[in-house]
Amino acid sequence: MSEKELIPQLFKTEYRKIISVLCNLFGPALSGIEIAEDITNDTFLQASETWGLKGIPENPTAWLYTVAKNKTKDYLKRHKTFSEKIVADLKLNQKQSESIEVDLSPKNINDSQLQMIFTICNPIIPAEAQIGLALRILCGFGIDEIAEAFLTNKDTINKRLFRAKEKLRTENINIVFSTEIDVKSRLDSVLATLYLLFNEGYHSTTQKTHLRKELCLEAMRLNYFLIENKTTNKPIVNALMALMCFHASRFEARINEIGEPILYDQQDKNLWNEELITKGNYYLIQSAQGNELSKYHLEANIAYWHSSKIENPQKWNNILQAYNQLLLIEYSPITALNRTYALAQVKGKQTAIREAEKLNLTDNHFYYSLLGYLYTDLDDGKAISYFEMAQQKAKTDNDKSLLNNKLSELKKKRDSLPSFSASE
Amino acid sequence: MKEFMMIFSSEINESFGPSPEQMQSNIQQWMDWFGGIAAQGKIVSANRLSFEGKTLKPNHVIADGPYAEVKEIIGGYVIVKATNLDEAMKLAEGCPILIHGGHVEVRSIIPMNG
Repeated sequence: MSEKELIPQLFKTEYRKIISVLCNLFGPALSGIEIAEDITNDTFLQASETWGLKGIPENPTAWLYTVAKNKTKDYLKRHKTFSEKIVADLKLNQKQSESIEVDLSPKNINDSQLQMIFTICNPIIPAEAQIGLALRILCGFGIDEIAEAFLTNKDTINKRLFRAKEKLRTENINIVFSTEIDVKSRLDSVLATLYLLFNEGYHSTTQKTHLRKELCLEAMRLNYFLIENKTTNKPIVNALMALMCFHASRFEARINEIGEPILYDQQDKNLWNEELITKGNYYLIQSAQGNELSKYHLEANIAYWHSSKIENPQKWNNILQAYNQLLLIEYSPITALNRTYALAQVKGKQTAIREAEKLNLTDNHFYYSLLGYLYTDLDDGKAISYFEMAQQKAKTDNDKSLLNNKLSELKKKRDSLPSFSASE
Repeated sequence: MKEFMMIFSSEINESFGPSPEQMQSNIQQWMDWFGGIAAQGKIVSANRLSFEGKTLKPNHVIADGPYAEVKEIIGGYVIVKATNLDEAMKLAEGCPILIHGGHVEVRSIIPMNG
């Protein structure tokens, strides 16, 4: 492998390890994250310069670790004031800068990454910034990639990440688990961020299919990391993992070659990834331990039924029951709409129409799409006018083109029916 | 939006012994009905009441069971949001307790600090 291929690959796997260990060493206070970023970036820069000239070392990872360690020591020496005043506060306490050990053992790498996840996924910084920082530090994404994922420019992302780091610095956030309760209370916000990161990829409006998949995979990787660690391997973590596996299993089937979405009932089920469905089943079973029934459990349950190729009335009833429970835990317009769709499958469109009309979600284009769907075949004229209202409210081109297809289908059907005049 | 409490009561039926299938379908009727209100974002909180309970009376008299000397038992309650009593009554429509001979009492809640 040439250094041109090796460095990006090592960047993906080692960047987050080195930066987490260093962040953990310095602590997020006193610009620790920025110092850690600088040292880690410098290390990789040196690798690309040196390896290009002298060839790849025998053990590239060990080389990176050694360079990172030396750079850290140099940094501490150069900033004598910093080291004199601050070293006392460092994790490795009281020692002189020369004797500070940068511990890049597998255990410390693991612990440091875990702590970084909990430090970053913190509700004191906005959700978008949490995702951005997670992508930068925990996933080794470039600023340009993050900007693309959020459909914005590098400047905005740089500012957003800077503000987030400032906030972590001033609030002196440094997560050290002391009790089981700490893990439990903070795990909720970590899972919320991973859930958002996954959804960012799954429902993102960017057409770059490759990038979207990357975001989902990173969310799954971080989630898996929590499962691998005994302190964080809780049923709720497994529930979120199951949910992600089931959703990810349809990745190939739900987007066509030009990046447009394909609706669930029109997907080629042969493209569903059986391996991920099996994994989803495994994590769903793991999540069933204990008494907690979280929204992730219910959503995983719904996703499980959606991943089942069997069509029977019980399937939709199970989905409806899970939506009923989900709404009692947390109301959201999209859950209310999905619940009404499931209701139509179980109790028929007439019943669903009566309940849909009570939802009062007149700002939401999905609301009109749902009514359009429910009136299709019962009253195609009404269906057409609802789909037209949906089209007016739809925001993305993808949504508009999907609705366009629906409308032309319905209009074709209407025009092909024999018309009866009053005299007949 | 004001809050209203719906209280579900039915007559005590000593010979009440539903089969597991009946229980299941009963639970499902309730969940479908709750789900319909929750889908409108109007549930504040909901609780079922278990049969375990006692009644405290004056002079430290404790009676067994929550339903001593009454013909009806409160099976549960739910707090909903609605603009007025009429709207809250509309939400109560279709409540499964009506099928089983019980009734729903809808009461407006007055906050203690209000």
